[in-house]
Amino acid sequence: MLLTATVFLPLAGAALILLLGDRARRVRLFAAAVGIADFALALLVFRSYDRAEGGFQLVDKFDAWIPQLDIQYHLAVDGLSAPLVLLTGLLGLAAIYSSWSIGQRHREYFAWLLTLQAAVMGVFTAQDFVLFFIFWELELVPMFFLISIWGSGRKEHSAMKFLLFTFTGSAFMLVGLLAVYFSTGVFDMTQLVGMDLNNLLLPSQLVFAFFFIAFAVKLPVWPVHTWLPDAHTDAPTAVSVMLAGVLLKMGGYGLIRVNVSMFPDVAAEAATALAVLAVISILYGALVTFRQSDLKRLVANSSISHMGFVLLGVTSVGAAAGELSPVGLTGAAMQMFSHGAVTGLLFVMVGVVYDKAHTRHIPDLGGLAPKMPFAAVAFLVAGLASLGLPATSGFAAEIMVFLGTFPAHGVLTGIATVGVLMAAGYVLWTVQRSLFGPPRERWAHLGDVSAVEAVAPVLLMAAILAVGIYPALLSDVFTSGVNDLLPRFTP
Amino acid sequence: MTWSDVYLLSPELSVAAAALLALVAGMANAHRGVVTALGLLGLAASLVLTGLLWAELDGNVDLCSVLGEDSGTALHGALAVDRFALFFKGLIGVSTALVLLASYAYTQRFASRGPEFTSLVLFAATGMMLLAAGRELITLYVALELSTLPLVALAAFSGGQRASEAGLKYLVLGAVASAVLLYGMTLTFGYTGSTVLESMAASVSDAALDGSRPFGVGVLVLGVVMMVAGFGFKVAAVPFHGWIPDVYEGAPTPITAFLSVASKAAGFAVVMRVFFTAFEPLEVDWALLFAGIAAASMTFGNLAAIQQANIKRMLAYSTIAHAGYLLVGVAAVAARTPDGVTIGPETVLFYLGGYAVTNLAAFFAVIAVANRTGSELIASFAGMGRRAPWLAAALTVALLSLTGIPLTVGFMAKLFVFGAAVKADLAWLVALGAVNSVVSAYYYLRVVRVMYLGEPSEGEQPSRAVPLDLSVAVTALAVVALGLWPRPLFHAAERAVERLF
Repeated sequence: MLLTATVFLPLAGAALILLLGDRARRVRLFAAAVGIADFALALLVFRSYDRAEGGFQLVDKFDAWIPQLDIQYHLAVDGLSAPLVLLTGLLGLAAIYSSWSIGQRHREYFAWLLTLQAAVMGVFTAQDFVLFFIFWELELVPMFFLISIWGSGRKEHSAMKFLLFTFTGSAFMLVGLLAVYFSTGVFDMTQLVGMDLNNLLLPSQLVFAFFFIAFAVKLPVWPVHTWLPDAHTDAPTAVSVMLAGVLLKMGGYGLIRVNVSMFPDVAAEAATALAVLAVISILYGALVTFRQSDLKRLVANSSISHMGFVLLGVTSVGAAAGELSPVGLTGAAMQMFSHGAVTGLLFVMVGVVYDKAHTRHIPDLGGLAPKMPFAAVAFLVAGLASLGLPATSGFAAEIMVFLGTFPAHGVLTGIATVGVLMAAGYVLWTVQRSLFGPPRERWAHLGDVSAVEAVAPVLLMAAILAVGIYPALLSDVFTSGVNDLLPRFTP
Repeated sequence: MTWSDVYLLSPELSVAAAALLALVAGMANAHRGVVTALGLLGLAASLVLTGLLWAELDGNVDLCSVLGEDSGTALHGALAVDRFALFFKGLIGVSTALVLLASYAYTQRFASRGPEFTSLVLFAATGMMLLAAGRELITLYVALELSTLPLVALAAFSGGQRASEAGLKYLVLGAVASAVLLYGMTLTFGYTGSTVLESMAASVSDAALDGSRPFGVGVLVLGVVMMVAGFGFKVAAVPFHGWIPDVYEGAPTPITAFLSVASKAAGFAVVMRVFFTAFEPLEVDWALLFAGIAAASMTFGNLAAIQQANIKRMLAYSTIAHAGYLLVGVAAVAARTPDGVTIGPETVLFYLGGYAVTNLAAFFAVIAVANRTGSELIASFAGMGRRAPWLAAALTVALLSLTGIPLTVGFMAKLFVFGAAVKADLAWLVALGAVNSVVSAYYYLRVVRVMYLGEPSEGEQPSRAVPLDLSVAVTALAVVALGLWPRPLFHAAERAVERLF
């Protein structure tokens, strides 16, 4: 029941919030209580997962849901999903704490935010394909409302663009999963891993491509990334945190859970092509990031580059049979967690700066550090983790991606390392222009972050440094999940 | 007609009796509440009797021993009494009851003509129920006319230019469709020498391809294609959809809801019964025909709906698109699996049930909103999220269900139908359907966006109509309940088709 509680607690909280009065303070505190409770549950899930044993654990199953098609209610976690559940709990809490300054329609806002958290939790824990798809689609509804009501700028345009891109991806996924089901008669994802899916109703390459399109939109991979800068820029801070922090991870998770686990042969064949896409994403994302003058858009574009490393790590499965090690896939998973915490923190800090300075235009900023030392430190920690400084989670993740992928794609991996150099460039340049420099007269009245605003940064910095200093905290768990997959690649 | 026939036809007869009583009550100047109550009573009786007959087929009840193990016939074989017919009688009965409930406040504006409105709705419902049960061509034709003609009067009921245009268009195009259908029926009768579907099937399989009959099998195929056109009019599939937008816009909104749900369900019932009883043995690629119509309907309906500013017109085009999704299921039934197993008729029935509650919820919410704002333009829905939060929530649920977002019955319905089609090797059609769902998301969610983002317009009338609110609530809750727990409806649909296919 633990997983069911973890998934549905935020949903129950969302329903209860609608019954509360419209007093902003009460609504916020209630939402925070739900967020803390769910984070505690997520921690419990992570702690309860026995990494020595591996496999799927904490199973919640109810098989009388739609017996005609053998569709079950089936939740479970393995080494891959347990840390992502933790990440979702962490970022959900951070998102609630960075929503303190929401000015209108509090009840609806927090209800949608908690619904979003429940949907993402569901994606990471569902082990029935239909249930997975239901949670996958369910996440669209809160996102659509959150961006289009509480966003800024061209919010309605961005919300619709986000929705249509993702929905198109899901349409492909639906065809893919129906093809899998009607060829095998199985919707159970734990069983599908380990079945031979090379002879389906449709060519397995095509089914693989359908799933890849769905997950590539979410990750996002060049050239289907164009929704991301718009959605991020116009979303409210907390939604950007959730979007970068956990929603993009759904794409990476799906790639490993479905494309790699269920179609190992096709994945190995396609690895080089995917690696090329990954390298384009990494370099293109970094180049575009250099050109940004809006702080939020800059962070958003850097996400494209960083999520490219996830795809690159996944392509390590293209290595020859003897050389394949769990390092690449583990690195990809680590990068997902790391990027979630790091970019989450960056968006929180951008939100804090914007709330105080009322601008995100980088040339207008500058000289903020003396006025808000805590914010400057948090920003700097996130920035350094983003460029992969040792002792931060970013380093641990990226080094594993490179080590794991090099045997498979030596040259492409070499090119991809340029992305890290470019990250160092745009991160340091941005931090210098926006935070440091001579103190300015116009910022004289600004103060540092409040205690409430400090909650999210402290949580996220703790996660970044903990994973950076002792990566085995996470990598052991991820590796236990990845080790279950590797035998499939050595015929 | 014997007493056992009366019992077997009691679901239809009780509705027809209620229709007559409503007319009488109208002449006696009864309060319109009495008239509506009479109608609801007749429908309730019809539903109870439908349940009773279903139990009789199961062998749980035995009031008269005229029913066989799983099916029976009434009126010398003209009408079938099987679970397939009973499923549709239940569906049509429930939809009609909800439509009557929702139109209670609406009939106020027709003053003394209110009872006629109720009576016509009930007559049309009788026709639709007979249509679902007919197993003989002449009966089917009469039932079709009985269901169409009251609707023509209803479409023009509110008077004025638009309503008259709606009525006239429906009448003329309906007459053309009927004529084509009748001609098709004549040709098939001429070829097979029978009007009873089973005998036609026997004749087709005996001698379909021996070439000994005058004009050969081509005549039969021509007849069947003409019947497709006639029924295509009823279910509003492209290219027989020309009447839809104008009629839907001009008719009173409860009637639009009725047309889009009950009339369409009856149309699908007859399509499935006729084609898969009588013409299955004919070696023609029906799947390709239905798949083509499905593809055209989905694509045209969705693309045309995008540009609409009037919500009734938008929903009109959306019903064309949904006829397309339903035909995806019909195409799957026609295609069968490579090893000859029929697949997916139950998914079509499930889709019809889910679509019925969804579309009723959408139209009822539109009535409620239009009562407040006096306008059916999408722009006038602005700010409903704040003015009438529950109403806006109900309409949002209905629109999400029409899009096919999970936790609503619309998702489950699409999942089942598309699943059947993939199994039938129609993956291309499913891909097209899925892409169409994306297109539809754009215009459905545009309404949602307007409701929650737009500023409320001035001059709104607070409007409370308890029966209408009740029907909105019931249908919207059903959309979610069936989305979470589709099992009972799916089970009923499975039982309904088990003998027929």
